[in-house]
This record gives sequence, structure tokens and C-alpha cells, in this order.
Amino acid sequence: MAMFSQNPLMNGPNYSFNQAPATASDGHKQHGFYPYTDNGGSTLAISGADFTIMAGDTRSTSGYSINTRYKPKVFKIGGTTASQNDATIVLSVVGFAADGEALKERLDAVVKMYRYQHGKPMSVKACAQRLSTILYGKRFFPYYVTAILGGLDEEGKGVVYSYDPVGSYEREMCRAAGAAASLIMPFLDNQVNFKNQYEPESGAGHELQEREKIPLPRGEVEDLVKDAFDSAVERHIEVGDGLQMMIVTKDGIEERYLPLKKD
Amino acid sequence: MPGFDFSNHTRNAALHARGVPLPRATSTGTTIVGCIFDGGVVIAADTRATSGPIVADKNCEKLHYIAPQIWCAGAGTAADTEFTTALISSQLELHSLSTGRKPRVVTCMTMLKQHLFRYQGHIGAYLVVAGVDPTGVGLFTVHAHGSTDKLPYVTMGSGSLAAMSVFETKWKSQLTEQEAIDLAAEAIMAGIFNDLGSGSNVDVAIVKKDKTTLKRGYIKPNERTKKQKSYIFKRGTTAVLNEKIITKEEISKYVTVQELDGGETVLGEKMDLDV
Amino acid sequence: MNHLPQAWGRPRDDVYGPYDSSYLQNNGPNQHTQQPIVTGTSVIALKFKDGVVIAADNLASYGSLARFTNVKRLRKFADTSVVGFGGDVSDMQYLDRLLNSLDIDEAYSSAGDTLNAHNLHTYLSKVLYKRRSDFNPLWNQLLVAGLDGEDMPFLASADLLGTTFSSPSLATGFGAHLAQPILRKVAPDEETAAKLSKEDAVQSVKECMKVLFYRDARSLDKYSIAVITKEGIDLKEDEKLEQQSWAFADKIRGYGTQVN
Repeated sequence: MAMFSQNPLMNGPNYSFNQAPATASDGHKQHGFYPYTDNGGSTLAISGADFTIMAGDTRSTSGYSINTRYKPKVFKIGGTTASQNDATIVLSVVGFAADGEALKERLDAVVKMYRYQHGKPMSVKACAQRLSTILYGKRFFPYYVTAILGGLDEEGKGVVYSYDPVGSYEREMCRAAGAAASLIMPFLDNQVNFKNQYEPESGAGHELQEREKIPLPRGEVEDLVKDAFDSAVERHIEVGDGLQMMIVTKDGIEERYLPLKKD
Repeated sequence: MPGFDFSNHTRNAALHARGVPLPRATSTGTTIVGCIFDGGVVIAADTRATSGPIVADKNCEKLHYIAPQIWCAGAGTAADTEFTTALISSQLELHSLSTGRKPRVVTCMTMLKQHLFRYQGHIGAYLVVAGVDPTGVGLFTVHAHGSTDKLPYVTMGSGSLAAMSVFETKWKSQLTEQEAIDLAAEAIMAGIFNDLGSGSNVDVAIVKKDKTTLKRGYIKPNERTKKQKSYIFKRGTTAVLNEKIITKEEISKYVTVQELDGGETVLGEKMDLDV
Repeated sequence: MNHLPQAWGRPRDDVYGPYDSSYLQNNGPNQHTQQPIVTGTSVIALKFKDGVVIAADNLASYGSLARFTNVKRLRKFADTSVVGFGGDVSDMQYLDRLLNSLDIDEAYSSAGDTLNAHNLHTYLSKVLYKRRSDFNPLWNQLLVAGLDGEDMPFLASADLLGTTFSSPSLATGFGAHLAQPILRKVAPDEETAAKLSKEDAVQSVKECMKVLFYRDARSLDKYSIAVITKEGIDLKEDEKLEQQSWAFADKIRGYGTQVN
């Protein structure tokens, strides 16, 4: 029951951590235990005027297999109870799930400690800086994850911070990460930041006015997120099964689950 | 000169040594199965084609025609399954014409294995060959390296284990036609929902002594969900940076232009549009 | 996960090129586990209405040799949980000893409250993740089956990389490919699993063990099966697969053109 051709580059899933075999100085190839794997999936965050939506699919994969159809990638951070029902910050992680879990728990502990030591909840801005430090702390044995942090800033506006695996970060309007990031991000550029959209008949050629950037209302963003994932599911094999959404508003964090295609 | 062209081999080997990867071929990640019943054989396949983790085709056809009563399901490199089955189909038809007999499944299987063995697995075609000929019903698997197998039920492709789990729990001897179709379809469904290399729809082909039925889209369990929003842009949204109009007179210098009578609009092939 | 334990946690040959055994030299820096030696194959488990059923065969393989045919790969813990081990058997025995000492510590220190399956899974996954982070992995994939803090059915997996996940049905190794499709049909989601009877669950798991024996070359028809409910753990360690059928191709001759 041979399943794949032996040609290494023709078959098998494309791992995010794809790399050439390591070559030792004596010219011999040396392979030992490899401490990483890719669990697939995608995440997405969009900030609005007074809310932030964080979303992720719930499929966990290894190779061509589905580990489970329900493994959340979006987490509440820094609440005071076991259910985290009073949390105000949301973290999403995608990539190597075990590192994601470890990162989430470390950040959660840090934010909780902050509250106990300072007697007030941590701001998203401070949490974002702290997350960057945690990631860079493992610069030479990184957490193999793409993290996104979301919440509300000091003025109550929606805020999204996106990270690379070693802690470089920036504040953004929206960000897609994970397996289908390259499928979702251009869609977001066009539909959230209105890239490549101009005001019809507002001028000729280069004089044409760009479509005015206005923050989208919540309902529309929720629709956008669902459409983005439905499309990613159509074209990426590692994305599917379920869509988990967390909506951060001044009244707290609302959680939604929607089914996605399971093939 | 017949056969493959190897003239780029040395260059490609040099490029490969410097770390230039091979282009990714479309692979039919695939679940394919075959199952014999009383008086015929059924083969089935999913319809997903992949390129790495990307779905290249959501509704591709993996059931290939060889002869009226011999059909083939293909897994592996899409181009290899396509060309190998077409080549053997052509040779088999000529063979049938020259002998004046109906082609046999064993002939087809032998030609396939000898062709594939010659190329030592470099032709990545993994096939399920099924058919009915004057000697009876035939069902085989042919691997890319040239080995074959003969069994009452077979599965292949990345979803072969998922599909086999269905056969190993539900198969019995002396199946009726409908039972065999249902079983094959269920095996493909197991592949579609448990193997990431397989997906979309179930195609089935039923081959009997004097009738072959291809049921394209026998089950469609993965219809695309309707979008929440409309993505129609206002006319003029895209910037026009420069414009050049080619007149009919100008283009006539290069191609023949023919006026349609009555000014009626001619529709091309209808496209699926998101509304 | 690949069904060959040798490949677990290792770069895939088809992606990274074949493995080089030059590490076998005994000079140089000290070396940690680079591959499993004596291995167990699949563990499978399924949740039902008021508990979980879990099974694994009694074989420990040494490469392709069926070396030990009476190895028990299901382990009870604290009357509420069973851990099923796939992968390296010596690492399994180390974890077994670790859990024994944990059990004793718990019995002496805690105020009547014992660790439930959920706690146990968290503990084991942290042990595994710590060891992978030290580049000294415990070469196992485990299933933890039992009851959680609310006495609800609990089932989760943890592997040598520290990856964890949970599902109404789970299977490690070859079982992930062959048994999971069957189990997922029986219990596609938590709601369905919560309606499943114990008899149906046990029946499905036994059916899967049979399919695994048919198709997994590193398996055995002697197996252990445990049912965990509020009433306790019912562990049977000397089961034999029943109603096997190997007469599927009685009229078939050869692999190609042979007819008689």
C-alpha cells in the first residue's frame, strides 16, 4: 500500500518549517530528534472602532491526518477565574501547538501576576510588549508559533498586535496567520483596508481618489471572517472543521462557534 | 523521436545540487477504491487534486477510460496517471483492432506494469484497474514500480487506509451491484473526511459485461457554502492608469475579423459567478 | 502522525532526505534517545454515555521482530484513569514508575482528593514537553482515558513533542489511519458520544482492534481493553480477537495473469 512517490519534493504536505537537511562539518548528514512539528490551521484578527474580533479554525493536523476536529487556537488571557470569564485580552496562536500551549500559559501567568502585584488589570499595550519579550527570550530555541494579541486600547478602540516567532511585533488593523495566511491576507487588504479600491469617477489615472478608510461595523466584520475562512477551507487542506471567534468589546468577551466544511 | 526527452537532465541535476527545488507537480492526494460484485466491478474515487497543501482542483476526474469495458482509477502524480492510462488505452485499442477481439483486463494490467516497471517508479502512477472481458471480471492494483495485486476489494492513495477500514468492517462475498456501489462510495467518503489529501465529491464507475456506467458526482457531500456578503464592486473601482484602444481595422492586420450577423450577442461557456 | 513509531518526532524522509546513521559513533558529546527501540503499536479509545473505553494489543516489537507478546500497555491510575502507551516500551516503563511515585505522593499528601484523568493528562503532557525541550524525549504517544473533575468522560492525547489534543475518539500510530475513520463514524462529535451506550462503544473498539490486526503488520490478536465509568475501572488484559475472517480471496489465484 505505497502511498506517495519517493521523490521528496513532489509529494507530502508542505511544512512551514521546511528546510534542507542539516549538513555537519565532516560532510555527513546528521539527523536526530526534531523537536518541532506543524499542526496546521489558520488564525485571523480584525480590529474595529470599539471591538476586536479574533478567530481561528479548530482543526489540528499532522501530515495528512486530522488529530481532532476541535482544538481551539484562540484563548482568553489573564482572567481571575478558571473559566477566564472576566478576561479582557485574547491571544491566538498557530503553528506548533505544544509551543502555542506553553506560550499561552506563560503569558496568562504573567498577566495574572501583574494583576496581583499592581492591583489592576494589564493593558493590552503592556501585555503586547511583554509577549514580545517572552518570544525573544527563546531566540535560539524559538516558540514555533505565529501569535496575534487582541483587545481594546486605553481609549476603548479595537487593537491587534501581530508577532513573528521570535518577537518582532507591530500594531495593525488586521492580520491573518498560519497555513492559509497567504490566502486570507490579500482578501483582508482589499476588504478591510480597501487596498486597490478607488472612488469611481473621482479623477483620472493617478488622480483617482482612494476609497475612504472607515472602520467596519461589527456585523460586517463577522461576515468577513466567516467568508474568509469558508474560502480558505475550499483551497487549503489543513483548514476546516470549525470556526472559533472571540469578540472583545467593553462589555467583555463574546465567544462564537460556527461549523466549517470537514473534508 | 519517441519517448521522453532527457536533454535537460544534466542541467537540472546541477541546479538541484545547488538547492533549486523541482517544480511541484499536481498530485491527486486521493482515495481510490475498487470492489467486485456478482457480474461486474465498481471503481470509485474522490475528486480533490492537490499541489502541496493547496487544493489545485476541487472536482477533478480520477476515473480514466481505457476501453469500453475497462476503466482505471488513478492516484499519484496527476500527469502520470493521465498520460499512462491514455497511452495504454491507445495501445490496447490498436491491439484489439489487430486481434479482432475485445481487450482483456489482464492485457491492460500487464501493459501497465511493464510500462511502469521500465521507468523504475519515476512515473508516479498508482492505479486501480477494473473491467469485464470474455474471461470474466478483473480487478487489480498497479503500483508505480510495476508490482500488481489481484483482490476482490482494493484501495489506493493517501486515503487508502481510511477506505480500507470500511472494506475490512463491511465487505462480504457475493455482493449485489447496489451493495458494491454503496460500499465503494462509503469507502471514498471515509477518505474524503479523514484524509486531507482527499476531498469534495464521490465519482463511481460501474462496469458490467455489456454496459459501463460512469456516475460523475455520485455523492456531493461538500457543496460550497454561500458567502455572507456580496463582493460585487462598483464599476470604476479599479484604477485605469492608461488606456489603449485597438480598432477593428488595426487588428485586421494580424487576424481575420468576421462580423456576426444580426448583431446578436454570443455567449461563451457559462461561468460560475458569485452574486 | 506517521504510523511508524521510528518516524515519530523525526523529520520525514520524504521531506528532509533519508536518515543518516553516522550518529552511532560512540565518541563525541553525550547522546539522548534518538529513536525508539522496543515499540508498541496503536492505542485506541472511544468516549460513551458514562465513560470511556480504551484498548491496545499486548505486543512489543523489536523492529520487525514480534519480540514480547505479553506486554500490558494499559495502565490504571487512581481508580479514575487509564493511560494507554504507544511507542517506546522502556520509556513507557519509566513513565509507569513516575506515575507510581506520583500515586504514592498523592495518597500521602492530598486531603482525600485524588488526581482525575484531566489532571493526569496535564501532568503527563508537561513531563513530555519538558523532555522534548531538553532534547531528551520520551518516545511515546499516550492516550489518557477516564473521568474529569465533574465525573464526565475524559479522553485526550499527548505525544513525545508535548502536543496535546482531545476528541470523542482517539487513536495513536497506525490506528490514527485505520481505526479513527471507523470510530469517527460511531461518534462524530461530543453530542453523539454522550448518547452512545457502553455495549456499542466496546463493540466498535473491538471491531477496530480486528481491523488493526488485519492490516497492521506490527500488531497482535491478543489485547487489553479497559472500560472506565463512575463504577470504576474494568480492565481485561488477556482478550483474544474473535470471529476473524481471512477467507476473503478464496477464489483468487496469484497477483496478475495466473488463473489456476
